[in-house]
Amino acid sequence: MSVEVETPAAVARDPKRPDPRPLPLVFERSGEGKVGYSLPPLDVPDAIAIPEALRRAEIAGETQISEVDVARHFTRLSQRNFSIDQGLYPLGSCTMKHNPRTNEEMARLPGFAAAHPLAPEALSQGTLELAWLLERALSELTGLPRVTLQPSAGAQGELAGILLVRKALEKTGRPRKTVLIPDSAHGTNPASAHFAGYTVKELKSNPRGTIDLDVLEKAMTDDVAALMLTVPNTLGIFEDKILDIARIVHAKGGYLYCDGANFNAFVGVAKPGLMGIDVMHMNLHKTFSTPHGGGGPGSGPVAVTHSLVPYLPRPTVERRADGTFFLDYDRPESIGRLRTFLGNYGMFVRALSYIAAYGNRIGEVARGAVLNANYIRAGLSGVYHLKYDGPSMHEVVFSDKKQSELGVSNVDIAKRLMDYGFHPPTMSFPLIVHGALMIEPTETEGKPVLDAFIRAMKDIARECEESPDLVRGAPHTTPVKRVDEVGAARNLVLRWRP
Amino acid sequence: MKFLPTSDGERREMLAAIGARSIDDLFASVPAEVRRDPDLPPPMSEIEIRRFIGGLAKKNVNARDTAFFLGAGVYHHYVSAIADQMLYRAEWLTAYTPYQPEISQGTLQSIFEFQTHVCLLTGLEVANASLYEGASALVEALLMAERLSRGRTKAVLSAAIHPEYRETARTYFSNLGLELVEVPLGADGTTDARALAAAVDEKTFAVAVQSPNFYGVVEDWAAGSAAAKAKGALSVAVIAEAASLALLKPPGEGGADIACGEAQALGVPMHNGGPLLGFLSCRSEHQRQIPGRLVGETRDAEGRRAFCLTLSTREQHIRREKATSNICTNQGLMALASNIHMSLLGKEGLREVARQCHAKAEYLKGEIAKLRGYRLPYAGPTFNEFLVEAPEDAVGLLARLATRGILGGVPLSRFDPSDRRRFLVAVTEMNERVEMDRLVAALAGRDA
Repeated sequence: MSVEVETPAAVARDPKRPDPRPLPLVFERSGEGKVGYSLPPLDVPDAIAIPEALRRAEIAGETQISEVDVARHFTRLSQRNFSIDQGLYPLGSCTMKHNPRTNEEMARLPGFAAAHPLAPEALSQGTLELAWLLERALSELTGLPRVTLQPSAGAQGELAGILLVRKALEKTGRPRKTVLIPDSAHGTNPASAHFAGYTVKELKSNPRGTIDLDVLEKAMTDDVAALMLTVPNTLGIFEDKILDIARIVHAKGGYLYCDGANFNAFVGVAKPGLMGIDVMHMNLHKTFSTPHGGGGPGSGPVAVTHSLVPYLPRPTVERRADGTFFLDYDRPESIGRLRTFLGNYGMFVRALSYIAAYGNRIGEVARGAVLNANYIRAGLSGVYHLKYDGPSMHEVVFSDKKQSELGVSNVDIAKRLMDYGFHPPTMSFPLIVHGALMIEPTETEGKPVLDAFIRAMKDIARECEESPDLVRGAPHTTPVKRVDEVGAARNLVLRWRP
Repeated sequence: MKFLPTSDGERREMLAAIGARSIDDLFASVPAEVRRDPDLPPPMSEIEIRRFIGGLAKKNVNARDTAFFLGAGVYHHYVSAIADQMLYRAEWLTAYTPYQPEISQGTLQSIFEFQTHVCLLTGLEVANASLYEGASALVEALLMAERLSRGRTKAVLSAAIHPEYRETARTYFSNLGLELVEVPLGADGTTDARALAAAVDEKTFAVAVQSPNFYGVVEDWAAGSAAAKAKGALSVAVIAEAASLALLKPPGEGGADIACGEAQALGVPMHNGGPLLGFLSCRSEHQRQIPGRLVGETRDAEGRRAFCLTLSTREQHIRREKATSNICTNQGLMALASNIHMSLLGKEGLREVARQCHAKAEYLKGEIAKLRGYRLPYAGPTFNEFLVEAPEDAVGLLARLATRGILGGVPLSRFDPSDRRRFLVAVTEMNERVEMDRLVAALAGRDA
C-alpha cells in the first residue's frame, strides 16, 4: 500500500479534495535510533531491585521517532477530522456548540492541572471551593438542592441516578423491579437501568411523540421504581404534560428521572425541580460547552431532590461555618462510588468558567438554541418528512421518507452533506423515526450558517430526484471515500502488528 | 453575548420566517409554572473570569511548586509540551465521537494507534479505545468476565487493589446479584497466594490482582492466573501506575486474560484526579465481549486503508438493555494525549522513565529505612511507590512537611481511619535527589 510519508511538492490530484493517500501509522514512521524525548541524567545510583522473573524484555514494536515526525504526524492526522471550529456540527442530542478557549486555559492553570486529588485539605481549598461553586450553580439552574459531580459522563450519571432511587426505595423495604422508559429514549437509558438491576419496560409514545398519559397511568404500578424521561424528548418535543406525568409517577411512590442530555433546550428558562423531577443528570460536555474531544472526556453531574440527598456518592464537598471547604466521606447511607476521586475535575473548571460568562443571562443559550432549530425546521418543512410535528425545542427530527422512495437513504444524505462542508445530523436514534435525520444546530450558529445549511439540504433533496447516484456515491470530497464498516466488523483488525 | 452570533435584526428575520412573534412563543409547550429566571450573578467578561477562576487556582498547592511525593493512583510524570499543545488544535478538541469515518480519520487512526500501544505494553492482543478511568475499567473487566463465564456469580479480588477501585466495584455489583470476595495480604505485602487459591471456586468468574499493588508492592501475575485457571475463571490484571508496564512483566506474559486500569501515568496530567484514562485489553478470543468503543482497520470504496468504529452491535444504542455496557463515551482527548506521549517516548523512553522512577524510589526507600522510628512494613519488591510506617500520626507529620513545601505522601487514614501511622510515598522522574534528601531530613526532624 502507498502511504504518505512526506508530501511531495506537486501531487497531481483534485484541488477540491484533500490528499487521498492514507497516512502512515505512527509505528510505520518509526526508525531504529531515532529519539523523541530527553530526560535529565539519573542523579541516584542506577539500581533495579526487582527480581528478573518479574521484569520484561524490551517492548517489541514500540516506536523510535523524533519529535519533528510526531509533530507532523499528529498535525496531518488532525487535518482529516471535521470539527466545530470548521463548521456546523448539527449532531442531534450531542449539543455541539462552540468551545470557549479561555476555559481551556483556566483548566490548565497549575493550581488545577497539577493538583493532586489526595493533597491535604488545607492546600486544596481552591479546588474544593470551585467544585462547591459549580454545585451551587447547577443546583440553581436545576432547582434541585444537591448535585454530585462525580459521574464521568452522562451514562454513568444515569446509572448513579437510578442507583440513588434504588437505595431510597430499599429504605422503604422494597427496591421494586421495573423502570419505565419511553420508546423514544436514547439507548443508554435502558442499559443504565439494567446495570442498576432493573427490568426495563418500554412506554409507547402517542402519535404526537410524547408520553401517553393513559399508557403511563396503566404502566405505573407500585412495582415501578422510576420513569426515565428525556426532557425535551429525543424528538425535540417538550412534554407539555410534565406536571401530570410527575403526579402520576409520584402517586405510586415512584421517582421521576430526567435525562438531561437536552438541557440546552431550557437551561436558564425553566427549572426541572419545579417540574416534579426528582433526579436528573446533566452533560457538562453538552449544555456547558466542555469540549467533546473526539469522544470524551465527558462529565455527568446528577442533581437530586431532598429525599435522595443522603444516598449521594462519596465524598461530597461541604462548607464549614468558618468558610473553609472539606470532603465529607462520612456518609453511611451513600450508594458508594462510581469512580475514583471527585470526577472529571478539569471539566468542572471549564463548566464554571462557561456559566460565569453567561451568569444570569444563561437563558439566552436556550432561547438561541430553540430559535435556531425552529428556523431550520421552517426552512426544511415540506422538503423532508416530519413524522412528529409537535412544537420543536432545540432540535428537529426529519426523516428520509420522501427520499427513500427515490432509493436514497438518510445515510446517503448524511454523506452528501459532507461534500457541502457540514457534519451530518444524528441518524442512529430515535428508533421510532425510521431513517431519522436529527438536527441540533445549537445557539452558537448564526443565520448565514443556518441559511447555507438549509440551502445544502434543499440542494441534496433535489439531487435525490435528479441524480440519486451522486448522493448514493457520496462523499466525493473527503480524505477517504465511503468506508466499509461491514467489512471492518467481519474481518476484525484492531491493532497494528510489528 | 460573544458566543451568540445572531444579531437582533437577524433574530427578527428568523422569527418572521418561523411565523412566531417572539422567542417566548417558541416555549409555549413549557408550562408557565416551571419557568423561572436563574438567580446567578451578572455575566463576566473574559478578564473577570480569569480573575475569578485564577484566584481559585492560586489557593491550591500544586506539584510544580513543591517537593512532590503523592501517588496512590495519580502520578506526577512529565508530559512533553507538544502533547498538550496538540490537544489545543480545534480538529482534535472540538470534534466528537467519530461516527462518520469519512471526516474523522484523524481521531480514528489515533485511537487505532492508542489501542496498539496498549496491546504492546500489556502483552495482550486487543485493546479498546479507552474507558473513563481505572476504577470503572476494573468494573467493566469484571462484568466482561462475568458475561464470558455464562452464569458464574463470584469475583475474587485482592485486598491490595486500590481501595477506591474496590469501592466502585461494590457500588456496581451491589444490585446485580454478584458476589465480591476479598483476599488479604501476606507478610511481604503481596496478595496471600494460598488464600487466593482457596477463595476461588467453581462459581468464580474472575480473579483480580493489582501490580504494583496499592501498597506499591510488585505482584507476580502468575499467582492470580494460576488460581483462576485452576477453576476455569478468568484472570484480570489491574494496573494503576501504567509507567511500570515498561519495566515489569506484562500481564499477557503472566497469564492474564484481561488487563485493565489507569493509564494517566502515560501522558495525562493529574488534573486533580480527572480526567484520567482508563484502559482495557484482552486476549483475542474474548474480543467480542470487550466493552466500550473499538476502532478497526478497513478499506474505503476505492480500496485505501481507512479506520472506523466497529462491533457497535455490542453497544447500547443498538442493544439497549442487552448491551455489554452502558458506557457511551471514551476518553478520546486523553487517549490522544497518551498516544502522543507514548509515541514520543517509544521503546527506549518508556523504559528509561520506568528505570529512573524505580532507581529514585529505591534510593529514597533506602534512605528512609535508615531513619530511626520509621519502618517499611512490606519487604516485597516495589516499583516507584512504597509504604512507610511513621513513629507518629501520619496526617500530622505530613501536614508539618507541607508547611515546608514538601508533599511527602498520602496517609492511609484517608482510606481507613484506623490506619493512623502508615503513608504511601511515590517517586517519579520529576523528583530530584535534593528533594528526596529534603524529605528524608524533614522526616528525621532535621531542618532541610
